[in-house]
Amino acid sequence: MTTPTPVPPARAQHASAQDTRLLEMRGITKLFPGVRALSDVNLTLRAGRVTALIGENGAGKSTLVKTMTGIYRPDGGDIRIDGAPVVFTAPAMAESAGITAIHQETVLFDELSVAENIFAGHAPTTRFGLIDRKAMLARAGALLRTLDAPFGPHTRLKDLSIGQRHLVAVARALSVEARVIIMDEPTAALSQKEADELFAIVERLKAQGRAILFISHKFEEVFRIADDYAVFRDGRSVGAGALADTDQAEIVRLMVGRPVEQTFPKLAVTPGELVLEVEDYAHPTEFDGVSFQLRRGEILGLYGLVGAGRSEFCQSLFGITRPSRGRLRIKGRDTVIRSPGDAIRAGLVYVPEERGRHGAVLAMPIVDNMTLATLPEVSRYGVISRAREFALARRYAERLDLRAASLSQPVGTLSGGNQQKIVISKWLATQPDIIILDEPSKGIDIGSKAAVHGFISELAAQGLAVIMISSELPEILGMSDRVLVMREGRPIHLYDRAGLTAETLVRAATGNTDSHPELAA
Amino acid sequence: MTLLNRLLKSREALLSVAGTALLGLIALRAPGFVAPGNLASVFTDTAILIILAIGQTAVILTRSIDLSVAANLALTGMAGAMLNAAHPEIPVPLLVLASAAMGMALGAVNGLLVWKVGLPSIVVTLGTLTIFRGSAFVLSGGEWVNTFQMSPAYLALPRETLLGLPMLAWLAVAVIGLAALGFARSPVGRALYAVGGNPVAAVYAGIDAGRTVFRAFCVSGLLAGLCGYLWVSRFAVAYVDIAAGFELDVIAACVIGGVSISGGVGSVAGAVLGALFLGVIKNALPVVGVSPFWQMSISGAIIIAAVLLNTRAERRKGRIILRHRATTGQEAGA
Amino acid sequence: MTMLTPNAPFSTGQNRAGQDRAGQNRSGPDRAPSPTPPMRRIPDRTDAPLTALLKSWEALLLLLAAAIFTANSFASPYFLDVWNLSDATFNFTEKAIVALALAFVILAGEIDISVAGIIALSSTLMGATAAAGQPMPVVVGVGLLTGLACGAVNGLLVTGLELPSIVATIGTMSLFRGLAYGILGDGAYTRYPEGFAYFGQGYVWEWLSFEVTVFLGLALLAGFLLHRTSLGRAVRAIGHNPTAAAFSGLKVRRIKFWLFAATGLAAGVASVMLTSRLGSTRPSIATGWELEIVTMVVLGGVAITGGVGTIPGVVLAALVMGLLTFGLGLLNVSGIIMSIVVGVMLIAVIALPVLARKLSNRMRRTTP
Repeated sequence: MTTPTPVPPARAQHASAQDTRLLEMRGITKLFPGVRALSDVNLTLRAGRVTALIGENGAGKSTLVKTMTGIYRPDGGDIRIDGAPVVFTAPAMAESAGITAIHQETVLFDELSVAENIFAGHAPTTRFGLIDRKAMLARAGALLRTLDAPFGPHTRLKDLSIGQRHLVAVARALSVEARVIIMDEPTAALSQKEADELFAIVERLKAQGRAILFISHKFEEVFRIADDYAVFRDGRSVGAGALADTDQAEIVRLMVGRPVEQTFPKLAVTPGELVLEVEDYAHPTEFDGVSFQLRRGEILGLYGLVGAGRSEFCQSLFGITRPSRGRLRIKGRDTVIRSPGDAIRAGLVYVPEERGRHGAVLAMPIVDNMTLATLPEVSRYGVISRAREFALARRYAERLDLRAASLSQPVGTLSGGNQQKIVISKWLATQPDIIILDEPSKGIDIGSKAAVHGFISELAAQGLAVIMISSELPEILGMSDRVLVMREGRPIHLYDRAGLTAETLVRAATGNTDSHPELAA
Repeated sequence: MTLLNRLLKSREALLSVAGTALLGLIALRAPGFVAPGNLASVFTDTAILIILAIGQTAVILTRSIDLSVAANLALTGMAGAMLNAAHPEIPVPLLVLASAAMGMALGAVNGLLVWKVGLPSIVVTLGTLTIFRGSAFVLSGGEWVNTFQMSPAYLALPRETLLGLPMLAWLAVAVIGLAALGFARSPVGRALYAVGGNPVAAVYAGIDAGRTVFRAFCVSGLLAGLCGYLWVSRFAVAYVDIAAGFELDVIAACVIGGVSISGGVGSVAGAVLGALFLGVIKNALPVVGVSPFWQMSISGAIIIAAVLLNTRAERRKGRIILRHRATTGQEAGA
Repeated sequence: MTMLTPNAPFSTGQNRAGQDRAGQNRSGPDRAPSPTPPMRRIPDRTDAPLTALLKSWEALLLLLAAAIFTANSFASPYFLDVWNLSDATFNFTEKAIVALALAFVILAGEIDISVAGIIALSSTLMGATAAAGQPMPVVVGVGLLTGLACGAVNGLLVTGLELPSIVATIGTMSLFRGLAYGILGDGAYTRYPEGFAYFGQGYVWEWLSFEVTVFLGLALLAGFLLHRTSLGRAVRAIGHNPTAAAFSGLKVRRIKFWLFAATGLAAGVASVMLTSRLGSTRPSIATGWELEIVTMVVLGGVAITGGVGTIPGVVLAALVMGLLTFGLGLLNVSGIIMSIVVGVMLIAVIALPVLARKLSNRMRRTTP
């Protein structure tokens, strides 16, 4: 596969030149405080081919994309374009080198027109330094036509649907004559029709000799659109090659990389009394018809793709948003939850996914964070007792094996795993009956992951009812007693642990099933 | 149809309608108010507010705020007047340019502190507000520069008429025109919107956010400097306290004009209309027999109403992931 | 609290935390969930309290205040007179009282620009009440209630209608002061009932004025609320991260509403004192105070972005500003010069730590 001769730095190579390495990343390492996000990672992108980048959440895919596009500078390794080493210190440099990313949330400007979005930062100008509106509109119009976009360059971006915004992002990539186009979960929020249209465009980009890095969780898509694959696990490259030489089972094996049961110590627990009954929970836009029951000692996994409505559903259980319909019974009593305060009093707590935004107050000390949900308990007549506060914090710090220099240290200075321990402590301090964990091991290192998993298991054994949202298959399979799969806001199926395979879950979550068995319970 | 829709939804159009309705109401009681001659004089009277509001719009678009504009105006106005009093031989246009340049330098100080030191703009401009006005005191020793001390040419320029409008009004028109062009057509102008609308995306698009904020403060300072000259020559006197508290009127004009305090939303037309709205009220109250002392509370109520309307309009709807509703929603919208 | 046995890291804590959950024991001693890590005790604090204090912003302000005090006593022989010092307090206590309340609003990540407008409206309505011949307690009551009501209006606009506080209170600033102008025009109220003068001119004991006494009392109260109670903790959390605060079950809106209301009330208190001290009301009363009060709070080390700050800091900032004004006054330097110094301090004290950090980072980078 290796071509020793340097590739001439020509624009778009012909699609037939399959061995044309356009972009090579060798031995890339990226460190963050407390986390090794990438270690010695390799990736090769070839002109005229689509490479699928596959890995679980937290495997290092986004970090890799950010080093490719000049947002991060790698701590080690080199990047070569057409065989020549390059160093990007700013996003603009990567863009002028021909690398463009179409991001997960299509980061664009709502208030500007489509043409301005396409040419933001590199608009054609007239002799007087003004933006050449006419040229810009003409070029934007031409780009949109090549993409068969159903809207014109004048349209305000805020009037477009998510799928249409993707077209704008693609047009933007074309406008800078990108040779390497990175598509980060481009179909996560698209309908099937929109996704099909996107794939047609990908085919065309490919035919033009561009290299495409396609990041997706959906195997069906990957096998349909990609030529090559690269699998990441825990910040390392674990496999790469042509998709034609492999199959789905092999890729899943690479992704997961280890026998599931060994790493996730779900303890056998006899479920206790019924604590939570959810009946037909619905929201106008986010989820619909969710029902299940949960017993003490049980861990219910909630699996689905990003955007399946799992977090939104759990947040409405917790009183962040109001459901439009549905009934809730906690410990056999009909309960109405209007605010997180209500939920805490009812014994239901939610450990959010976004630790920095929703979970912890990063600038505040560990001890203050731990007691934030239990202030009345550590105070008398509203006056906080520092002694009681520190006692509580110490107790949980030891219980979760927290690593910190002092309890007065700001939470933001700790590693992700330790931050997560603090957020979980905050909620355990309220002595809940039901705990919802939203992606509990997202963005934390392997060591802390095991500790967190062991701890969740322990909680269940002690009689808590646990709902665990996770997009990581091994975690879901290893930890859950039962798994509820959601897709596009709807519950698809409730599976029992026995005999459950990754395949089954992925199929249910991606809609790659022929039959939709009715929801049990 | 879509054009009409957009027109109906645009804040500028709404504001024009509201303004026209206001003029209509005033005309019922005082028909003379809407005579072209009088409207022109209202415009002239509001010219300085308009110019400052445009500068402030540039700053607010980038999610910042400039509280120091009125103090900048006072300092540059004082400096210009004293220079003129001491050296009447310096040509007036040169003095005007010097005022603008000095204003821009003061604006650049704000901009540098926000860009390079990373301080919140509200703190920086709160500090420079007192520093600039204090410097005007130091410069003048607390003395006034009176009418007779300044050269007639220095005082006459804004008053000279061209095609029936005084130069002051023409200057405002020129600033409006240049700003409209610059905001809409220059890369720097568009960067204001990009940085304020989505700073993260702006970085991805290769736009230097800090430099853009710096430039916005320079524009605001430049226009404040220009207004320093205009204010002094219009009122024919310079003292430390001129335009005290005017910064809040300027921000009010922007807010009424639909410039969003959270950045990325707003236009030159909106700022101009917002300023005119305040100008019309100020000038109309005595005409319709309301004590001018009520003007302040009325503009306060209008500011609150305007913010309320704009905030309602901006409020985002939730992310829609339920497919059937999303598609029907799209079809209804198309 | 009980010491934990190293071999049972989970048990003791759980028994404490879950003591109401009777009959749910661990399922057996032989079932170790994960290898027990060596127990490490995390200290409560690393800095001794004294070290932390010395490194703090407040220490810097205290130093500044002491320096100004010393300079003043050298500069003017009249300065060290106890009555002169007592007089010195009048020029900042009213603003400082509002600053104490506004500190909470800013700590919670909001701002209130309308405080001076509230003072004007409150003063005007007191004047009108007095002119109608009402007795002193009614006049004072009207002043305080006006403040509270104005604060509640701000609170409703920000929490109920979800307006950005900076523009909402710029609006109410015009509205409140505008109402004062509308009621009074270019007139003035100068007649106040007997005994009303005490609030701004009276002395509680010897040279200890009523104003200073109230200020000190309120400062203690504010310090206690912010640093010792769960309310203070909640305000801080809201300022740092309102979303996480709401997710933790704190009543973000309700707390913010009451912070605005309290700030209004504090402006009412300040208005009673100022009106009493001046003995008259014009609608232009306390013009420009909003920015001076915000400056006081920010100079006191309260971050405009919320979450960070202390009451001692605000009190010291008020003292610094007051001493500076008074000292320069003794030297016959205009108050406006003082404002330059305050402006420079405001920027410098915030910019210097940032610049120092940048510089040290650069040095570290160049010397590997």
